[in-house]
Amino acid sequence: MSTEVLTAPTDERVFHLEQEPEHPEGTSTALGFWIYLMSDCLIFATLFATFAVLGGNYAGGPTPKEIFELPLVAVNTAMLLLSSITYGFAMLSMQDKDLSGVIRWLLITACFGAAFLCIELYEFYHLIHEGAGPQRSAFLSSFFALVGTHGLHVTFGLIWLFTLVVQLRKHGLSPANERRVECLSMFWHFLDVIWIGVFTFVYLFGMI
Amino acid sequence: MSASDLSHDHGHELGAQMPHGSKKSYVTGFVLSVILTVIPFGVVMAGGFASAQMTGILVLACAVVQMVVHIIYFLHMSPKAQQGWVLSAMAFTIIVLVIAVVGTIWVMLNMDSYMMPGMDGGRLSDG
Repeated sequence: MSTEVLTAPTDERVFHLEQEPEHPEGTSTALGFWIYLMSDCLIFATLFATFAVLGGNYAGGPTPKEIFELPLVAVNTAMLLLSSITYGFAMLSMQDKDLSGVIRWLLITACFGAAFLCIELYEFYHLIHEGAGPQRSAFLSSFFALVGTHGLHVTFGLIWLFTLVVQLRKHGLSPANERRVECLSMFWHFLDVIWIGVFTFVYLFGMI
Repeated sequence: MSASDLSHDHGHELGAQMPHGSKKSYVTGFVLSVILTVIPFGVVMAGGFASAQMTGILVLACAVVQMVVHIIYFLHMSPKAQQGWVLSAMAFTIIVLVIAVVGTIWVMLNMDSYMMPGMDGGRLSDG
């Protein structure tokens, strides 16, 4: 087929088909977004590896047992888990073509996400105030890098969520918007999976 | 893509590519996640078992199972999604992830054990 194109008596060489016959718009978005999530997963893998190596070097500073408060982490975990199930309800509303339901559940999800961020910022503020900031020891540097990167992802997820609510209000449940809601759903649930790793390897293992 | 998936996608045309969850699957995933979160937090907050290793294994097992629960019930991972490409992308990622994490820990702990006594920062050498 390529020789056919090359020898064709046209002015311009065309190396691609005018239209991809078997790929309507958007069919590969979910897979492409999934591959992005997998690459993001590798960023977290390197941060987890860094924490595994440096997490025991306290440089005479505070140890996990002295600074972590498990009840706070448990509340944080609950917030993120609740936001996951409410996002699930938003997806179910979308399947029922219930626009106001989607927006309502998305906003509830945003509330839980914001609560998670507030608790995390409070924890960070508290740690830095106590002199356990990222510059104190290798353990705290790797802790802030790992948990901070996760928090940053949740922040961007929230910005995306609010943008999506505006788009939904304006354009309704168009195919493009449904695709966006699905992609954000993957992003949001993915962050919850990463959080399982964080509370297990950082907080719970630190307290054992 | 199987015939059932094709007929399912036909209704949505462009919107739906990933398999969808039902209310039952979301609630099942949520209940399982709550149980798998409460167990490790409860055990560690109660002081853990007599052997710290036992506690560690339990906490780790709960985390791994909960990740699988999330991936199945919330992310709707199935071997059939996107003709299997989603699953193979994840399998490849897990391989790279294991090489990166296990390799890093192995190499760095090895370096630690080769440090001269008294040199700064060795986790194994200064306990």
